[in-house]
Parts: sequence; structure tokens; C-alpha cells
Amino acid sequence: MTWHRKDLLDLQSLSAEEIVTVLDTAREFKAVGERHIKKVPALRGKTVVNLFVEPSTRTRISFELAAQRLSADVINFSAEASSLRKGETLKDTAKNLEALNADFIVIRHSAAGAPHFLARVLGSHVVNAGDGAHEHPTQGLLDIFTMREKKGRVEGLRVTILGDILYSRVARSNIWGLQKLGAQVTLCGPPTLVPRTFEAMGCRVVHDLKQAIRDADVINLLRIQHERQRKSMFPGLGEYTNLFGITQSRLADTKPDALIMHPGPINRGVEVDGDVADGERSVILEQVTNGLAIRMAALYLINSSRGDSAAHN
Amino acid sequence: MPPQTPSPAVLLSASAIESAVARMSRAIADSHPNGADVVLIGIQTGGVHLARQLASRLGAVWKHNLPVGQLDVAMHRDDLDQRLAPKVHPTAIPFDVTGKEVILVDDVLFTGRTTRAALGALNDLGRPKRVQLAVLIDRGHRELPIQADFIGSKLATAPADRVDVQLIDGDGASQVTIQRAPLKRGGRS
Repeated sequence: MTWHRKDLLDLQSLSAEEIVTVLDTAREFKAVGERHIKKVPALRGKTVVNLFVEPSTRTRISFELAAQRLSADVINFSAEASSLRKGETLKDTAKNLEALNADFIVIRHSAAGAPHFLARVLGSHVVNAGDGAHEHPTQGLLDIFTMREKKGRVEGLRVTILGDILYSRVARSNIWGLQKLGAQVTLCGPPTLVPRTFEAMGCRVVHDLKQAIRDADVINLLRIQHERQRKSMFPGLGEYTNLFGITQSRLADTKPDALIMHPGPINRGVEVDGDVADGERSVILEQVTNGLAIRMAALYLINSSRGDSAAHN
Repeated sequence: MPPQTPSPAVLLSASAIESAVARMSRAIADSHPNGADVVLIGIQTGGVHLARQLASRLGAVWKHNLPVGQLDVAMHRDDLDQRLAPKVHPTAIPFDVTGKEVILVDDVLFTGRTTRAALGALNDLGRPKRVQLAVLIDRGHRELPIQADFIGSKLATAPADRVDVQLIDGDGASQVTIQRAPLKRGGRS
């Protein structure tokens, strides 16, 4: 078992062994969630601050419940209500939270690297809950956890990630984690959103849907972020759906046991049809359950690393 | 020069372990005449194998199969922020502990903190009628008011000694060894 890190910032810097440690630990935390009493005292007396400078509901709720099930106290701090609006710098906000003896800061920020910056300037444990288009490590871990649980392995799996790859931190965390564990990643979507530059990360880049999903063991659909979609990236949602939407009839072009995944919230009728999202191959709601277990495991592991670093101070 | 570390000494041989386990199972059988409602729960990882061995002996005495579970205590430890995260092993208890005569099983009883964590973990799973503790080795140095009900062997140790229990089925390779801590700090290490 390998874990010495104070923070969880990205999957790019984790080793395969560290990723497997999180997955194995999460398996046992998932079992806790299936018990009558779903709470353990591992983080009793600790304080977790959810610092969400970019809005999010489901990731924040997942972290909040994870912290509560570990017996920690939780404070939610959102950009709308915060002094960041009044001109306070991120560092000052974080230092103030640390002065309240926050042991963990879970941060979501629109700027890539914001969690890494906090981890450098703070003694608190920092968890990246999504930074710009950079990474969303707990989402990547829960996706890989779900694939491993359903398929029994990650090595050798063919995983197709479909959609807005260019602006997706979920895609990047998936790519790093999956490749470290030996999966083969194919990226597919409109050329504007899936440029060939991703081949440099070791991925296969395909712009034809049929070709991308034919051999896939897992199809991970990313949300088309139409509310923040840059105008020129593709002509419209209708055209996107015609070319890349996963419908019941297109499932005929996939392996019969290919999993359908989606980080949510889904746009029914855009990237995926409702009957596919609700169908028996879909593991979308299990991803939500597994996300809770992954976040409990991440908090548990980094909490315990503190003694190690303190011993060297 | 580094301090001389003596090689581990064997405290209990395979046959000594076998008679200790036999003694334990007789003591358990004596205190539970018909074995009604008795379940064994081995503490991960050292207690799991011992619990199975005891269950097979007790099953022969009571003429019924004994339910056996395994309990991991990592999430319930009281020293989690003073150490690296302990590996979390599976907790698998395929029965309801409420109303049962639970016998917690561990290989070594030392400070008592693992037992305390196990009682906390068990409490979250239900409310047993009674909880007892069975250990192969009691090595002393308790830090909490905890004692075992069934003991295979009491050993005199120093707090810094390291006691290792290897339980292996069948081939006589089981043993309990002790790595004595150096009596004095050697040189400038």
C-alpha cells in the first residue's frame, strides 16, 4: 500500500500504485455506505471546508456527505457569498480558513493550478474538486473505480471518451489515470473539440463515431456544456446530436456489454438519449454512489499522511 | 557502527501453537455449554485465520457450523493522524451481530487500542448480547482497561519488542517469533 501525499491535486502526478491504493480503499468505504450505520469516526474532530469558487452542486454535495460520513465538520463556502467578490485574494481567503483550523480545503476554481497554489501556501490538506480545464481527480478516480468494478480490470480495457474533450478536466483526469493503469483511450467528438494534439498524450483520436465506439468496452460521455459553449466550436446542439449523440439504435454498433458512463448532469436528447441513460448498460447512477466512496477514501488517505510530514518538520 | 540486531527468536513452535489453540477452544466450549448464539469475529488481519481455526474446533464440539466474520478496524483507530493511513481490509460479517454472543478474535493483545477500535466498529454493526475477547498471545503493556477472556499463551515482552505470529494451515510451519529490541541505543545511529 502506497500513500504519503498531503494533498490530492491531480492524477497526472500519481503513480499507478497510488491510484490503485485509492481504488482499493474506496471499495471498503463503499461497503460502509451499504451498512445500516453509514458513518465511521476516522475524521472525528476535523474540519473540511468546501471552497467552491466556481459553482457546483453535485460535487460539493458528494464531498460534503463524504466528510460527514467520516465524522468531520463541514463548512460550505461559495463564491457568491464570499469576500472573494469583495476583492480578497484566493490566498487571503484560504489563509483565513486555515486560521479557523480548517484541516482540509476542497477547492473548485475556474483557474487551472489554483489547488496546487493553495497546497504550496497552506499547511492544510488540499483536494482538487476541479480546476479550470486542467483536472478533476476524484471524478477520474470514480470513473476508473466504476470501470474496474464492472469489468473486473482496467488494464487492456478500451475506453472511448466522447464529447467536449478540449475544455474537459474530467477527460484529462480520465486520460491520465486510465493510461497509467494500462487502458487504451480513444477520444471522439467534433475536430474543434477533439484536436489531434491529444495524440501526444498517447490517445487515439477519432472523429467518426461508429469507428470510435465499435470496439469500446466503456463509452464515457462528457456533458456538452452548452451554457458556456464557445460559439464557434460547433454549429449547434442538433448537429452535435446527429453526429455524436448516443441513441438506442447506435448502441447496435457497440459491443453488447459496453458500459455507458456520464459524469452528469446529463442533457437528455443531446449527448445521450433518455432511454440509453436509463438503460441496463448505463452505470450513471452507480458513478454517483462510487463518487462518495472515492471522496471518503481520498480524505481518509491524505488525513493520515499528516503524521508522516509532521514527523519530518 | 549500527546496533546489533539479534535475529528473531522462536517463542512458540507449530505444536505449541496447536495446543494453545486447543486450550482456547476448550475454554470457550466450557463457558458456552451448547454454543447457542456464539459467533466468532476475527480482527483483520491477524485474527481472521485464528478465528477460522477456532471455529472448526468448536464446530466439532458443538456439532454445528459456527458463523465466522472478519472485522477491519482501520477507520476506527484513534491514531489516524499520527501515522500513515493503515490499509483498509474488507469487513465481512455475513450475519446480524445483534443479540449474539460475539467472540472477538485477535492474534496478539498488546496496548488494547486495536480491541477498543474493534469494539467501536462492532457497535456500529449492531448490539451483541455480549462481547468476549480471545487472543493467542497476551504480551502485556496495556494502555487501556481491556483484558482477554480466552488466552492461548502469556508472554513476557518489553514494549519495544516485536512479536510476529504466522499461522499456516497443515504443514507445521506456524510459529510465533519475537524480535527483541536492543537493550541500549547502540553508538550514534
